[in-house]
Amino acid sequence: MTELTHMRPASMSSAAARFDLVPFAIFAAFAAAPFLASASGAEGYVLSLLTRVMIFGIAAMSLDLILGYGALVSFGHAAFFGIGAYAVGILASHGIEDALVQVPVALAASAFFAAVTGAISLRTKGVYFIMITLAFAQMLYFLASSLAAYGGDDGLTLPARSLVAGSGLLESDYALYGTTLACLLGAYILLRAVVASRFGRVLRGTKENITRMEAIGFQPFSFQLAAYVISGMIAGLAGCLLANQAEFVSPAFMTWQRSGELIFMVVLGGLGSLHGAIVGAAAFLLLEEFLPEILHAASFFLSDDLRWRLTENWQMVFGPILILIVLFARGGIMGLLRRGHHG
Amino acid sequence: MTATFFAIQALNGLQFGLILFLIAAGLTLVFGVMDFINLAHGVQYMVGAYLVAAFSAWTGSFGWGLLLALPTALAFGLLLEVLIFRHLYDRDHLDQVLATFGVILFLNQGVKFVWGAAPLSVPVPEILSGSVEIMDGLLYPVYRIAIIAAGLLVAALLYVVVSHTRVGMLVRAGATNAPMVSALGVNIRRLFMIVFGFGAMLAGFAGAMVAPILSVQPGMGDNILILAFVVIVIGGIGSIRGAFLAALLIGLVDTLGRSFAPNLLRLVLDPSAASQTGRAIAPMLIYIFMAAVLFFRPSGLFPVKR
Repeated sequence: MTELTHMRPASMSSAAARFDLVPFAIFAAFAAAPFLASASGAEGYVLSLLTRVMIFGIAAMSLDLILGYGALVSFGHAAFFGIGAYAVGILASHGIEDALVQVPVALAASAFFAAVTGAISLRTKGVYFIMITLAFAQMLYFLASSLAAYGGDDGLTLPARSLVAGSGLLESDYALYGTTLACLLGAYILLRAVVASRFGRVLRGTKENITRMEAIGFQPFSFQLAAYVISGMIAGLAGCLLANQAEFVSPAFMTWQRSGELIFMVVLGGLGSLHGAIVGAAAFLLLEEFLPEILHAASFFLSDDLRWRLTENWQMVFGPILILIVLFARGGIMGLLRRGHHG
Repeated sequence: MTATFFAIQALNGLQFGLILFLIAAGLTLVFGVMDFINLAHGVQYMVGAYLVAAFSAWTGSFGWGLLLALPTALAFGLLLEVLIFRHLYDRDHLDQVLATFGVILFLNQGVKFVWGAAPLSVPVPEILSGSVEIMDGLLYPVYRIAIIAAGLLVAALLYVVVSHTRVGMLVRAGATNAPMVSALGVNIRRLFMIVFGFGAMLAGFAGAMVAPILSVQPGMGDNILILAFVVIVIGGIGSIRGAFLAALLIGLVDTLGRSFAPNLLRLVLDPSAASQTGRAIAPMLIYIFMAAVLFFRPSGLFPVKR
């Protein structure tokens, strides 16, 4: 899959220095948001929306590691979301509510699933890889749907958010927000370090030309598998957070449409820049939140019936946006920013 | 009793497999010839079902509805090709996945916009309603037999077209080496368009045929698309023969697995655990099967030689 080479990571461009500001701006905005939220009056709503944004940011960033840096198009990344969420849900339903147990279990389960499915998937190439990752995610989806003891299709409502070392710290929306922000920052720093390391350079090499990497003595398989496991574990962590944010776990967390949305977020933000994935997740979720109102306001010239139907089916607009981005805006939002700077 | 039950489930599996084949045939050709991964193939199945629902309500007859729906599905497929897909042939798989995912998002909501979110139902045509007794004590609906017959007929037709006509020869040559075919003076873009249009029409035909026995609703193509991908991946991308065998295999494994997995497990587990595990394992069977096939043969059962 060497065709992805035209999408150069932002960090490799000559304008790299200028763009180191972007991640700072992102994290500063997330850090400032709770103060603005408490001033706005609708703090519960703003906090839960932004917490979701950051959770999806973590998952999208983890996908960016294998998609943007390794050119491995995983179409089953939502499975890890599900593993993390179900680890929290299932343990909580057995009375084990402490995050200090839940999170390690979720990470271990994600790592195990990633190692096993990755070892099989990475034997295949190209479209077969896309399809086999999809198949594994579907397996997990159907498994979760059939777990009658844990809600089956309907999902499972958590009795409460996870405890931290026995204390109900996360019951506060601010504390959950802060924890999520800390996880986002931690995941960003970790992934940034991974990408900058020798390991990350080898991974990028396998994306550019796998045959040459083999010729100079690397085993691409082990590097790709390690990246797949790291990526899966981080997405599993995001799943734990999502379960706590929603206080609910359901098979719908890992539908294949969800995996498609994660890819959409990464590409929308800009492949292979890590913070681009956060921007993409934010843009996607905020658009999803506000598009109905925007459409309602923008379609004032239509008849009431048409206007209502358009607002009702606001997702219709998502499809064409996605197509237009793929056709015309290569490099996503980060790419547009970069082009803007070059005039 | 068990033999009759088994026969009914086997026929259901065969019918499901043939529907899968109709969808997978277009998908595997589009992928094989153009190296184009089309997630929007499932919504073309859905569009076929909606078209037949709309046209048969308009004309008052399923036959006329089908007759009008097929050329419309073909035209719709060609329209999508001209508007969107032809700009994606030279892109990598990621772009193709994303843009066609966008088409899914749009059309799933688009049918809601036009026809509303409530499922439509299409009456079974008069002459094909009722059941016949195939063997002792085995009543089977005529309409399902008609689907099986139509599926086999299309499969035979496809076999003749692909193996014994000039267009079929070009399609096979294109699946093996498209640039070479182009270099020999064949207008490969036009060939792509023809293959694409007929693939869309076949998917639409499948949707139209199942409209009377399933409810026509938004998103009905999403899950069947994934199954069609499982079929073409198991069969080997680009191979019609592989798609045919894999579709029947998947249809039978899925249908029989769902009916018999709990019973089989009862031999080794206690009844409640057996029905629990059986229901959990049955929908996973085909994916386990696919993973196993890809583990041993990373490019499917009948890889097209390149």
